[in-house]
Amino acid sequence: MENKLKNCQELLRFITCGSVDDGKSTLIGRLLLDSRSVLADQWAAIEATSTRRGQSQVDLSLLTDGLQAEREQGITIDVAYRYFSTPARRFIIADTPGHAQYTRNMVTGASTADLAILLLDARKGVVEQTRRHAQIVRLLGIRKVVIAVNKMDLVAYGQEAFERVKQEFLNFAEPLDFRDIVFIPLSALNGDGVVLHGGHMPWYTGPTLLELLETVVLDEEILNSSFRFPIQLVTRLSEENGEERRGAQGRVESGTVAVGDEVLLLPSGRTSRVSAIETYAGRISQARAGQSITLVLADQIDMSRGDMIASVAHPPRTDKNFEALVCWFSHTPYDPERRLLVQQTTRCIQGKIDTVSARLDIQTSQLVPSPAQVAMNDLVHMGFKVQQPLAFDRYEDNRTTGSFILIDALTHDTVAAGMIV
Amino acid sequence: MKGESGSMKSTQAATFTPLTSSGGGAWAPWDHLDRLESEAIHILREVVAQCVRPVLLFSGGKDSMVLLHLARKAFHPQRIPFPLMHVDTGHNFPEVITFRDQVVKSLGVNLIVRSVEESIRQGRARVRFESDSRNALQAVTLVDAIHEFGFDACLGGARRDEEKARAKERIFSFRDEFGGWDPKNQRPELWDLYNAHVHPGENMRVFPISNWTEADVWEYIARERLDLPSLYFAHRREVVARGDQWIPVTPLTQPKVGEHVEERWVRFRTVGDMTCTCPVPSEARTLEDILRETVTSTLTERGATRTDDQTSEASMELRKKQGYF
Ligand SMILES: Nc1nc2c(ncn2[C@@H]2O[C@H](COP(=O)(O)OP(=O)(O)OP(=O)(O)O)[C@@H](O)[C@H]2O)c(=O)[nH]1
Ligand SMILES: [Mg+2]
Repeated sequence: MENKLKNCQELLRFITCGSVDDGKSTLIGRLLLDSRSVLADQWAAIEATSTRRGQSQVDLSLLTDGLQAEREQGITIDVAYRYFSTPARRFIIADTPGHAQYTRNMVTGASTADLAILLLDARKGVVEQTRRHAQIVRLLGIRKVVIAVNKMDLVAYGQEAFERVKQEFLNFAEPLDFRDIVFIPLSALNGDGVVLHGGHMPWYTGPTLLELLETVVLDEEILNSSFRFPIQLVTRLSEENGEERRGAQGRVESGTVAVGDEVLLLPSGRTSRVSAIETYAGRISQARAGQSITLVLADQIDMSRGDMIASVAHPPRTDKNFEALVCWFSHTPYDPERRLLVQQTTRCIQGKIDTVSARLDIQTSQLVPSPAQVAMNDLVHMGFKVQQPLAFDRYEDNRTTGSFILIDALTHDTVAAGMIV
Repeated sequence: MKGESGSMKSTQAATFTPLTSSGGGAWAPWDHLDRLESEAIHILREVVAQCVRPVLLFSGGKDSMVLLHLARKAFHPQRIPFPLMHVDTGHNFPEVITFRDQVVKSLGVNLIVRSVEESIRQGRARVRFESDSRNALQAVTLVDAIHEFGFDACLGGARRDEEKARAKERIFSFRDEFGGWDPKNQRPELWDLYNAHVHPGENMRVFPISNWTEADVWEYIARERLDLPSLYFAHRREVVARGDQWIPVTPLTQPKVGEHVEERWVRFRTVGDMTCTCPVPSEARTLEDILRETVTSTLTERGATRTDDQTSEASMELRKKQGYF
């Protein structure tokens, strides 16, 4: 227990995904249980529920399936977030639903993850939802993927079954071009391969799932990429030398910034210098990705929410037109008559879809040109035109400035999410 | 809040040590509390930018103290650009109300108080007995107040690690005109893009410290030297043992026949309705002691202290569907 007090700084955010009933929630339950992150009252509650239902073993999925409807139906409907830490790292887990109807909730969980655990049932291998989730994981730019071949207990912990499923996945995933895939055989139900090796799979010599999660190399990409600072609010600061000063409040989304840096204000295209970086605690000389600060520019140029302050040397693109891969969430198919709002960084403006050039076929991973309609869960390539210029990067280069959501102007629903290409 | 200029500034400066002083591009001073703080500030600013009439729900408890402190940081050097509101059950521990009023006075912020007592008087909320928990009734008073003032966003200090139903909730959580939460149909919430659009009568509940754990909250309170109501720290109190819990002896919670009143060292892990909030045995008198107890505790915050959440696994979800926070 003592080492829990130690300040472990590193954070890994990961999701579990894969088809319905492949064992995602059970796996999270097992991971929490075997890493001693389940408290006595939480255990008592799920034990009581399991007993009441006449289950012979405590149902570990009850640790995350927190909604009544989930417990009744034995499926996950929406993402559950769980927090735990080991002496090595802090973790935020998002347990996502496998059911196709709730794909948008899986996407919600995946959008902030650094790593994805994609589960496969050792008996069933790759099924439709496995393909869909793999595609989404790829589109969302999650670079690190663990393929957990689960329910090994149901195939007598056999190596052939594992190898067969592994090969099947590799064949399917080849065109997806994942950079970093690891395969682990496990039994979420019994615990083999999750935190402990267990004694059933001597042929498997790789790391357990937890060992992997604790050691996978995290990238510092957002620190090293170009400086981006979307303005959330503009505030009045105290006067200095009789001059009124205004500050741009926001969060450094990527890169770093220092007093004296020359910066670009977009979309106006004017340049200025950073004259101060203010925080509640006082002035600082530089700030890094992730930090919420107030930036003061040397010139009194007009700026407002939705503008972006960026690196002069490596500016983002500024344009009214762009192309994106879009995941359609709404139950209602895309209808050109409905007014849409595009929300990207801190800017929310009217926009319209100019072209729907292709749809991704989940089975074949191929783009099919000119789809007849865009319906729920479709992944499509679209061209956009917006009312005012946006400052953006390709999603591949910058997850924050390259992403956006589409809001129905009438209903206010979030109908889609897009990644700029 | 303690250490207004002196101590707080010095702690902070150490946290934001500039790149050059640590050398070689090592940004070591950036730790998990900085990350959580920065995320919360980002969320608070989004609320003010996107919503017309936000309000911060303030009880004087530890989570709302953290939230208030974050709001000061987010909008500094300007004042906090929204009022605070307390939905008073009339069953609060007096220490907490005194503390609440002190904080409000010292910061010069505007506090709106709406009382469940009043809702009961008006017949809008009903109880069987005076000593029934009023936690569930808070929803009625809250939803009425939201409509009275036209609030379109209510900021709250709820955390996902508190309870299984909360673990499912978005950071920007949409509520219909009745204040109800529809857990089967939440808005997708991707990246850090928050859709706060609502129609008149609807509102958002926003939880800037969703991703904080109980331990994070205590660590942050210790780091920032925030003041708290005295009952969070170990003190002698009259209690009776009932089931697994120690029930505090108060005007509303009297010992039952055969129960034996004893005075013990206890502290509260949450402060809420007197009729359903219990202290835990503890001798932790400093923040550091509390932190040590928190990370080694074998019970969750609610499991150890709330009697109302124990009736069923779905109590929290049910109340949220009815407009509870
Ligand atoms: N035999 C065996 N059964 C398992 C294993 N893991 C999970 N199960 C069972 O598979 C069923 C589904 O498990 P869940 O964890 O709810 O599946 P899920 O992937 O979270 O399902 P959704 O969230 O609804 O997509 C349950 O009955 C589990 O007990 C395993 O390793 N072996
Ligand atoms: Mg599940």
